[in-house]
Amino acid sequence: MTKDEKYSIAKWAMEHAVQNGAQQARVSIYNNNSSQIEVREEKIDKLQESNRSGMQINLYVNNKYSSISTNRITNKEELGKFIVEAIAGTKYLAEDEFRTLPDPERYYKGDGPDLKSVDPKFTSVDPQQKVKDAFALEKEVFGSDEHIISVSASYRDGMSGSVMVASNGFKGDTENTYYSLSASVSVTDGEARPSGNWYESSIFNDELIRKDIGKKALKRALDRLGQAKIGSGKMPMIVENKVAGNSLGPLISALNGYAIQQKQSFLIGMKGEKIGSDLMTIVDDPFIVSGRGSRLFDSEGMATKKMPLVENGILKNYYIDTYYGKKLEMEATTGGTTNLVFKPGEKDLEGLLADIDRGILVTGFNGGNNNGATGDFSYGIEGFLVEKGKLIQPVAEMNITGSFKQLWKDLVAVGNDVDPSRSWRLPSLVFDNVDFSGI
Amino acid sequence: MSINRRNFIKTGGAAVAGTMVLPPLLKSCQNIQISPDVKSYLDHFEVTPTILQKVIAEAMSKGGDYADLFFEHTISNSLGLEDGKVNSAHSNIDYGVGIRVLKGDQTGYAYTESTNLQDMLKVAKTAANIANDPVTFKENDLFEKSIPNYYKVSQKWENSTIEEKIPFVQKVNDRLFELDEKVSKARVFQRDETSYIMFYSSEGLLTFDYRPMATLGVVCVMEKDGEIENDYSARSVRRGFEFMTDDVVEELAQEAVKKTNFLFGAGKPKAGELPVVLGAGGSGILLHEAMGHPFEADFNRKGESIFSDKMGKSIAKDFINIVEDGTMEYNRGALNIDDEGNDVKKVYLVKDGVLESYLHDRISAKHYGVEPTGNGRRQSFRYMPIPRMRITYMENGPHTTDDIISSVDYGVYVDNFTNGQVKIGAGDFTFFVKSGTLIENGKLTEPIKDINIIGNGPQALADITMAAGDYKTATGTWTCGKGGQSVPVGMGLPSVLVKKLTVGGTSA
Repeated sequence: MTKDEKYSIAKWAMEHAVQNGAQQARVSIYNNNSSQIEVREEKIDKLQESNRSGMQINLYVNNKYSSISTNRITNKEELGKFIVEAIAGTKYLAEDEFRTLPDPERYYKGDGPDLKSVDPKFTSVDPQQKVKDAFALEKEVFGSDEHIISVSASYRDGMSGSVMVASNGFKGDTENTYYSLSASVSVTDGEARPSGNWYESSIFNDELIRKDIGKKALKRALDRLGQAKIGSGKMPMIVENKVAGNSLGPLISALNGYAIQQKQSFLIGMKGEKIGSDLMTIVDDPFIVSGRGSRLFDSEGMATKKMPLVENGILKNYYIDTYYGKKLEMEATTGGTTNLVFKPGEKDLEGLLADIDRGILVTGFNGGNNNGATGDFSYGIEGFLVEKGKLIQPVAEMNITGSFKQLWKDLVAVGNDVDPSRSWRLPSLVFDNVDFSGI
Repeated sequence: MSINRRNFIKTGGAAVAGTMVLPPLLKSCQNIQISPDVKSYLDHFEVTPTILQKVIAEAMSKGGDYADLFFEHTISNSLGLEDGKVNSAHSNIDYGVGIRVLKGDQTGYAYTESTNLQDMLKVAKTAANIANDPVTFKENDLFEKSIPNYYKVSQKWENSTIEEKIPFVQKVNDRLFELDEKVSKARVFQRDETSYIMFYSSEGLLTFDYRPMATLGVVCVMEKDGEIENDYSARSVRRGFEFMTDDVVEELAQEAVKKTNFLFGAGKPKAGELPVVLGAGGSGILLHEAMGHPFEADFNRKGESIFSDKMGKSIAKDFINIVEDGTMEYNRGALNIDDEGNDVKKVYLVKDGVLESYLHDRISAKHYGVEPTGNGRRQSFRYMPIPRMRITYMENGPHTTDDIISSVDYGVYVDNFTNGQVKIGAGDFTFFVKSGTLIENGKLTEPIKDINIIGNGPQALADITMAAGDYKTATGTWTCGKGGQSVPVGMGLPSVLVKKLTVGGTSA
């Protein structure tokens, strides 16, 4: 479906809603085309192709709110009936004065920069090349080490596009492409069969890193040989950049307007207060060219802005959408993260480790959860015991337990190894005094 | 492998339109005898046996060994209550057909969101590409098989109105505030789903399933002396509107208040390896993560599971029997047929302590030369089926709950969980304990909360040294994720003692 066809159907649906009893309506239509090739033992194991489209309609009827969605968007008779039925059903709900479309002043007006989120060559990539790329990864390691039990390698790509219109004057569209290559290797270790993974991704096919993915996955698997838990105790924790998002995620969730208003956040009333150490500075930047989280407007159509989140440990902003902004009597910011940029430090991971007398480098998380209202957390981890700056042995089957209220105040060092291939650009991080449970 | 409460709540938010029925077009079926039930499904998807056979012939045209078509039409409605009022609703319609072609262990998969012949032929051609040896497919005679019904519905969700549903959602909220003055926020969600499934394979099997799902849940926030805590309770079963009763409302409200109250003043155990007593019911998450996933035959076929070499070997005490079952009536994990058209069965994974069976889909059953176990499942028509759990439980053991608790000097009793996970090859599994109780000198003493427990599957299974006779099937809304696909599951367990697991906590 072309962009113009999407706009035409979206506009028709919006007008149909407004003509049939809705005071306001917002309609978005998306499509998503992707392919995936997985190879194992020098054969294609899985070949998958996906072409998905759908529509979502938000309906505002006599101060009452509902939404509908469907993937049957081309039959106007059926769609029209769905919309009319939904409007009739909405009238049975309770009034909710806070439900409205955003203030039109806040809408993106179509004047933003080119964020370079689309590869113009997407549709011309040769399918045979995709298969070759996947086989090349497998070949890097297949049969190269006696410990290997199983190697699988995958190529994926996708293109997505959306349009959105709102009855109080919004019109906007997005388009994105991605490519990724990943490898997973299982190795034998006595009874156990630990695995290692690696992946690379890009927006442009020409920029996709194709080398050493299999080798890195194998190394990560072999690094796990002989892993064991060690004694419980309080120690510094170094979190590798690849998994640092796990330690930030619950804090970001606690900044959400829903969590604040529903009293499910440990950061209620903390704007302007110290929530982390001086080393904690994070900016939400929607405008990074080819940034994975870059966008010109949010899910409600509000123009995005560069927004300081935490400055030297002081909380600067919450993520508040139109609805919870009204409920909380606070100004709406935006409903969710774009690119999160963590201010880097001076040292790479090796440099951070050199300063550790005895601690644990965490390279993977395994389950666990947190209590959003109190900040308490407990997670399974795997990684390495570090002594005098050296990796001594792989560790696994251990937990870390504590509170996010304290953890970020115990941030004592920040690496310079930010990974730009992710929307959350986080370096490796060092936290002091973390409670590990093992033997 | 996450069973994630958060994700669940996200989707359990908002039922607007009661129904969305496609115009039934009666089509003629020349020379083929089909039952009225199957005919109604063919009409529902606006196809005929001739169309099905054409699509299969295209799917098999490159020399595949086998192909199947999975038609799905799912209608879901949800209602949300926030700040005292039922003030949001959502309805969704999903429709399409997935086409799979197998060549040995290899799979080609594609789907279309239309059941128009040309659209189906196009994706059949894509999926066919897994094979590379053009042939002319000789079609098999179409046959039906009778399927059981483990979830009989009295009042279909499609015949239920938003007006009928609202009062029950409101009542959960109102009861919560009546039960305890510490309640400061409540969020109630109701969700119903109806799936029409039709399946046709290159072997000629044509069958169908009607799958209802009903869910009601509440998040309860309470405040006491400046502290805020929250917990939730939910029920989810394969039933129609008859699921919504005053009894289920009362049960949920009571449970949510009780669970949230329990959290005030709860502490943490000592960090390290401790004996863990798992209470009957929801503790089935132990089986799901530690054994269920590693027993899935796709991992074993590739040699990736820590249980890959254990078939026929003793892996647990001889009083331990672990069952995988899709036939438990009305359970969230029940199915009438699996998503590959196979009969669901009750299968012993572990019998008298010995590993007897893996969980198979079509590919792995063929690989191992065994009968399919009915575990081939998929999230929707957009996904290929893979081996998945349905309802996983352990049968009763010889001990009593009192014997088990009194045998522990210092340990934890746990019975309230939010999520779990497992690393298939290393065998390390975890589950998150929302609340439990410390055991000191053989007695339950102080409440504990928010701790993760981690163990190693084969070791933990061997370390189950006691099992009681108090088996319970878990209530609640367990959803299992694997390979990017989510499916509803069930679980159950009697009270058991695991001699030693690593418990999150505080160090001295």
